[in-house]
Formats: sequence, C-alpha cells, structure tokens
Amino acid sequence: MPSPHAALLAVGAQRPARKGRNGSYTGVPRVRVEVEEGPDDQGQLIAARLRLLEGFVGRAELTDSANLALQWLGEVLGISQSICLVRPPDETSLFVIGTYGLTGSAVSRFSVSLEDWGNPLVSAFANRKELFFPAPHSASDRKRRPSTPFEDSAFHVLPLGISGFAEDAFGLLLVGGSTSFQPQLHWFTNVFSQKLDQILRQQTLADGDRKQGRERSLLYNIINAVTDPILLTDAEGRLLIANARALTLFTASEEESEGRRGAVRMNNMLLSSALSSKAIEETGATRRELLLVNPVDGSDLVFELLSTVTEDSRQGSGVVSILRNVTDLRRASEEIEDNYRKMRIAEVQARAESDRLNLIIDSVADPIVVTDAAGATSLMNEPAERLFTIPVEASEIEQRWVQANDAHFSSFIAGMLVSADQRRVGEIGLSDPKTGEAMPVEAIAGKILSEHGELTAVVTILHDRREAIEKALLYEQLKQASDELERKIQAATADIAQQNELLRRQAIELEQASALKSQFLANMSHEFRTPLNAMLGYTSMLLQGVAGECEPPVKRQLGRIESNGRHLLTIINEILDISRIEAGRMPLQLSTFRIPDLVNEVKSELEPIIMRSKLNVTLQLPKDLAPISSDRQKVKQIILNLLSNALKFTHHGGVTIAARRNLAERTLTLSVTDSGIGIANTDQDRIFEDFRQLDNSPTRAYGGTGLGLSICRRLAQMLGGRISVQSQVGKGSTFVLTLPIKGRK
Amino acid sequence: MTNKLQRPRVLLVDDYPDAREMYSEYLEFSGFDVVEAGNGMEALQRAVDTAPDIILMDLSLPVMDGWEATRRLKADQRTKAIPVVALTGHALAGISEGAKQAGCDAFVTKPCLPEDLVREIRKILDGPSSSIAKPRRSGKHAKTS
Repeated sequence: MPSPHAALLAVGAQRPARKGRNGSYTGVPRVRVEVEEGPDDQGQLIAARLRLLEGFVGRAELTDSANLALQWLGEVLGISQSICLVRPPDETSLFVIGTYGLTGSAVSRFSVSLEDWGNPLVSAFANRKELFFPAPHSASDRKRRPSTPFEDSAFHVLPLGISGFAEDAFGLLLVGGSTSFQPQLHWFTNVFSQKLDQILRQQTLADGDRKQGRERSLLYNIINAVTDPILLTDAEGRLLIANARALTLFTASEEESEGRRGAVRMNNMLLSSALSSKAIEETGATRRELLLVNPVDGSDLVFELLSTVTEDSRQGSGVVSILRNVTDLRRASEEIEDNYRKMRIAEVQARAESDRLNLIIDSVADPIVVTDAAGATSLMNEPAERLFTIPVEASEIEQRWVQANDAHFSSFIAGMLVSADQRRVGEIGLSDPKTGEAMPVEAIAGKILSEHGELTAVVTILHDRREAIEKALLYEQLKQASDELERKIQAATADIAQQNELLRRQAIELEQASALKSQFLANMSHEFRTPLNAMLGYTSMLLQGVAGECEPPVKRQLGRIESNGRHLLTIINEILDISRIEAGRMPLQLSTFRIPDLVNEVKSELEPIIMRSKLNVTLQLPKDLAPISSDRQKVKQIILNLLSNALKFTHHGGVTIAARRNLAERTLTLSVTDSGIGIANTDQDRIFEDFRQLDNSPTRAYGGTGLGLSICRRLAQMLGGRISVQSQVGKGSTFVLTLPIKGRK
Repeated sequence: MTNKLQRPRVLLVDDYPDAREMYSEYLEFSGFDVVEAGNGMEALQRAVDTAPDIILMDLSLPVMDGWEATRRLKADQRTKAIPVVALTGHALAGISEGAKQAGCDAFVTKPCLPEDLVREIRKILDGPSSSIAKPRRSGKHAKTS
C-alpha cells in the first residue's frame, strides 16, 4: 500500500483538479487565496501547508487530526467557524469529530442521519456535492436550510473523500462565512480527506485485527472445549495444532514421569503409523479404530480416528484428525450386543417354551380355554375349538349348538371375572356340536395374575363328565349287584356255617360211633374168644386122651374141629388188629434191634410149616447190617405175614429172604422172594385191599382171611415205611418192605 | 412149697365156668392141685385160706375185677410172694401194661390151649425165683394154617 504521505505530497504538487460527478462546482463561488499572487505570499503559503502536513504526521486520532486541521483553517485561511463530520464504519449517521469557533450543546449534539433523505446535507454527502447556504432572507429560505450549529449564518458544505477513486464520501466539512469560496480550500479538503482516510483505514484495519484475534481465541476455546482430541498435522506428520485433550495424549514435558513420557511416545508412534498409512491418501477421509494408552493411568483407550486431508495452497496439505473416545462406547456396544444376544436366546427359549406349551395344551384331551381379563378368548386347544368354533361347513343346527356352548361358557367366565375367587369349579351344560347330545362338563377355572396382582388371564379346563356319570351309573349298578351278591354270600355262608355245625356234630357222633365200634369190636372179640377158648381147649384135651383114648376116625374129626377153630381165631385176631389200627389204639413202641435176629426168630417160629412145605428157605443177610430203630413187634408181624404167605402160595422151589441197607435214603429194605404162583399186574394193587384174596370164591384153594397184606401195609405206613410187590404169574413174587433206619415216633 | 407138697397148688380164678372147669380138669390131669374161685373177692379169700403156689387170674371178673384183686394180693403180706399170671381174653393194647402195674408177674392171652397154660405155669414155678415171664402174643400159632 503506498504511503499516504507520499500521496499527499504528490497531490499537492500536482494541483488537484477535482470535479464533481457532474463535472462542475455548481452553486459554489470560487474563493481564491492571495498567496498565489506574490512570490512572498507563495513562500508563506508553502510554509503554512508544510506546517499542516507536519502536524498531521504523528497524529493517528480522528479528533486530534480534525481539530488541528480546523484550527489551521482558522489561522491560515481566516475561517472563524467550522465543523467536521465523519461516518464511522458501520454507522448510518455522520458524527462531529472536530469543531472550530463554535461552542454550546448544539455543537456536541449535532449529527446527521444519512437516512434523512430530505436533508440537503445528506444529499451533499451522497452525491459528493459542494453546497453554499447564504444567510436566509425570508421564512421560506430558512425552511430550505438544514438545521446546523451555524443557525442563520451563511456556510459552505464540502464533502470529504478520496479523489480519484470512485468511492463514497466518508464525511462533510462545514465552514462558516459568506465570502466566496477560497481556492486554498480545495487543497485543504484534499489533504485533510487523505489524512482522515488514512486514519479511518488504520482504524478499520485495527478493528479487523482485533476481531480476527478474538475469533481465533474463540476458535481455540471451542477446540479446547471439545473433549475429543483434535490434531492438525502436516504432510510429514508433524504436529501443528492440538487441542488440550490431544496435548495430554501426545505431548509431555521433561518434568513428567518416565512412564507418562513413554506412553506419550507410544501414542505418537501409533498415531503417525495410523496417519501414514496409504488409506488416508487414497480416500481423503477415513474412520478407523486407534488403540492408545492413557498416559495418566496407563489404561487402554479406544479411539475412532477420523482423518481428513485439507488442501491449502499457501501452507501445503495437512491432515485434520479427530479422535473420538469409543472406549465406553465400545463397552456399551459390547454390552448392547451381549444384551441383544441374551435377548435373542431368551426369545428363542420363550418361543420354544411357547411351542412346547402349545404342544402340551393341544395334546391334552380335555378342552382348555384361555380368556383375557375382558373375557375375550385368547387361546384354545383343538378339543376346545370343536366345542366353541363354528366349523367351515356347519349346518344351521350345528351353528346353534356352538353358539349355545359359547353363551354358556361366556356366562361362566363372566361369573368368574366378577368374583373374588382365585379358582372356581363349576358345571356347564354344553352340547356336542356334532350330535347335539347333552354334554355336561366340569369347568375348572383359575385366574392368572401379573406380579402386580392384576388379572391377566383366566385358564379354564373343561372335563367331559359324561364318562364319569356313566361310570357312576355303572358303579351304582355294580354296587347293587355286589350288594345282592354279598347278601347271597351271607345267606350261603350262614347256610354253610349251619351245615358245618351239622357236620361237626356228625363228626363228633361219628367219632363217638367209631369209638363205640372199636369198643364193640374189642368186646366182641373178647366174647368170641371166651367160647372159642373152651372149644379149642376141650378139642385139644380130647385129642390128648385126657378122658381116655379115641378111635382114629374120631381123632381125625376132632382135628377138623381144631383147625377150623384156629382159623376162626385168626380171623377174629386180624379184625381186631385192623380195628385197633383204625381206632389209633396201636401205639408204636420203638426199640433198637437187628433185622437178622428178627428174621431168624420168625423162621424158627414157622419151622413146622417150613418142614411140612418141603421148601428151601434161604436167608441173605449181611453180617454187618446195622441195627435199626423201630417197633420190633410190628416189624416181626409184617415179616411173619410175608413169609407165611410166601410159603402158602409156593409149591416148589424156594423162598429167599434178603436184607440190604440204602445209605443214601437212610432206609433198610427186606425182600421176600418166592417161586410161587405169582400175581398178575392188574391185580398187584388190589392184594393190599381189605378182605382181598384173588380167588374170592367160597371154595378157594388157599386159607387166610385176606386181611394179612392189608394189615402189613398199614403197619409199614405207621412205621414210616412202605411195601411194594413185583410179580409174574407162574414165576413168583417179590414183596419188598422198606423201613427207615431211624423210625419216627 | 413144691417140694413140701407133691402136687403144686394152683388157684384158678375165672368167672366163666366152662373155661374154669376145662383148665381145672387139665391141670388136675397134668398133676396140679386146683383151687377155684369165681370172682376177685372169692380169690382173695381162697388165696389166704389155701396158700396156692401160683394164681391164674382172669381180669374181667364180677364183684371185684382181676386188677383190683391182684393189687390187694400183692399188698397183703401173706399172699404177696405168690406169682400171679394174668389170663384174659382182652387183646387190646394197654391191658398187659395195666396188669403189670397191678402186680401181675406174667400175662397170658386167651384163647390159650390147656397144654400151653401148663407149660407157662411150669416155666414160672421152675424158673429162677419166680421170674416174670415175657408177655406173649396169642396169635402166633394162628398165623399158620
């Protein structure tokens, strides 16, 4: 910018030929200064001009400069009164910056509003037009004049502005005096304008600087107020600008602890490596994650790095980086993710639960209906649907049944909703929609309350009572039948008891009769024996010739009497034995004895018969046969019977008696084997029956009562043993007696 | 006593006259002196009066039965040494036992042939100091035919 002084001097040397826009100074009389006329005056004038210019040098204030200039006007040009007005930047009025020769409040209050378009002063300012107002001669003259501190005095108006530039004026100079316009004034306004212009420009410049400074500090404050670190780096990654938060992360003074400085160094490395990557150059702006260390406590900080390349033609390209702390954000986002996952799981579980519940509800055969708090159905299973929903192709009657069902159920639920009961059991008379058959159901309803105790739903389970009623009916019938049966059983039982009593009495009577029979038999045998005794005795005496010898034919006849008498005695004895066994009056008398001794004893007793039969009787008795414990008398009776039978039914050959011990069974077997007539297989069981001889004819060939084997079998059983037979007709028989070695009591 | 008198004396107690007469006749024939009694009471009197060498006592007797008579005989100092042979037609178990308890020295079941009875008496009289004879079943000879 060219120096204002140099311009002033140049202007002064050039004789300015300033003209208005219209090219003439209309209405303003020219005032010429006398200094132009003589060389002395010329020298004085130059001196005065230099004095003014010197006065301007060092004055930077508008007021100062204006007062100096107006004073110079008064002293050099003899202008006794003058006022200078300037429009400050951004103002819409002209304000007084300097006066000369004028006093009073009118001067200090004087100003010109540029919006007052009717004011001639405003017109002069706007059009850069010089004006002259002579002293008024009439009221109309006065009316046309603007209100000024000059009041009714004449005055000139000169616009102030830079000549040569198509710029607006910035002020007005008002000078009093009716004299014609002095030529010196042009030079003056020119120089003065330039001075004021210079001051005004400097002021504007200073204002701009101040404003810029304020804005910059405001910008810094704003940047510092941002809690995210903000950085400006140049193309080489050097830090140019950093806000307070960034400084704590990326700078550390020498006094800081080693740990903190280390953290800062690491942060710088991490940042520059992040910024130097090609991604920035290619995309211009990027977002990425940057992991830094908190120098204060060493904790990890996660930032989102937002870098933008700035192109500046003067300062070269740089990178603006904004770091957004997302540590908490990430934690929060992880938490959100976690919660979302949990929610998903819960949702899946809830769905599975709900599916399962539906499955369960549907699988229940009983109808289930869930109603909300308003009584509207919110869920029902398939059996319930059959009752309460109208099927697609339902007949009118079916629809009516369903509607009736619905009405009955609704009234039940309504009753449930208004009652205070938590549960309610009732019976509803429904109908089967398919058949219209009456279907009484038992309804069990339960309220479901929220955790605040508000009613949320009512669950009702319906149970078909038809089966139960049917069952109850059947049960009743069954019970009746059972009662009937019981009565019959009781009657029968009473009958049986009566019969039992009868039987018991009969048993007693029988027992008594049996005892009487036994007693009778015993008495009878005694009564039989007594005469028989006499008969046998006398026969024996006759045969012995006690009363004299008899003739041989008599002896033979006496012999017949004797043998028949003995047979009769045997029969009596055997009947007596059987009756004693049956009456239980044949007690066991146990002793220990040797079987070979007993067999020999029996053999010697039967020796006369053996001799008569001319049969060989062979004994096969081991010498070391241990003694047995049994009833000797009864065993002897059995052996006696078996041996005499063998002798009786054998005509030639022999009889063998053998004994043997069976250690395993702890028994002893005694066999009597003959070579006699034998017994047919079919008859082998019958021979042990009472009064049984195979030849049952009255004229049978063999004597005997037929009671012998029957008695033997009974005796063997009494002793805990048994008798068996093996036989072949014509070849012989073997009777085997088996006895326990230690007989029972 | 057997030595003192040539014929040993037998007191035969039986209420059945045919049997008494038969045994009496055979005993006389066999060389015994026979005293008879028809009941227990009479038997006690005869035993004291005649001092027999042996008493044949039927058990079923009128007035006083054989068991009671035997008990009294064995309780009497004068008669207690005389052997008593029970003679009965009762073959039921317990009879012989009851007879032994009453003090009988031997037991013979009727029917008993006269010669068998004599053999039994001789056995007791000849036996060492009147040993008790073994009771015998009467049916042994009936088994054969």
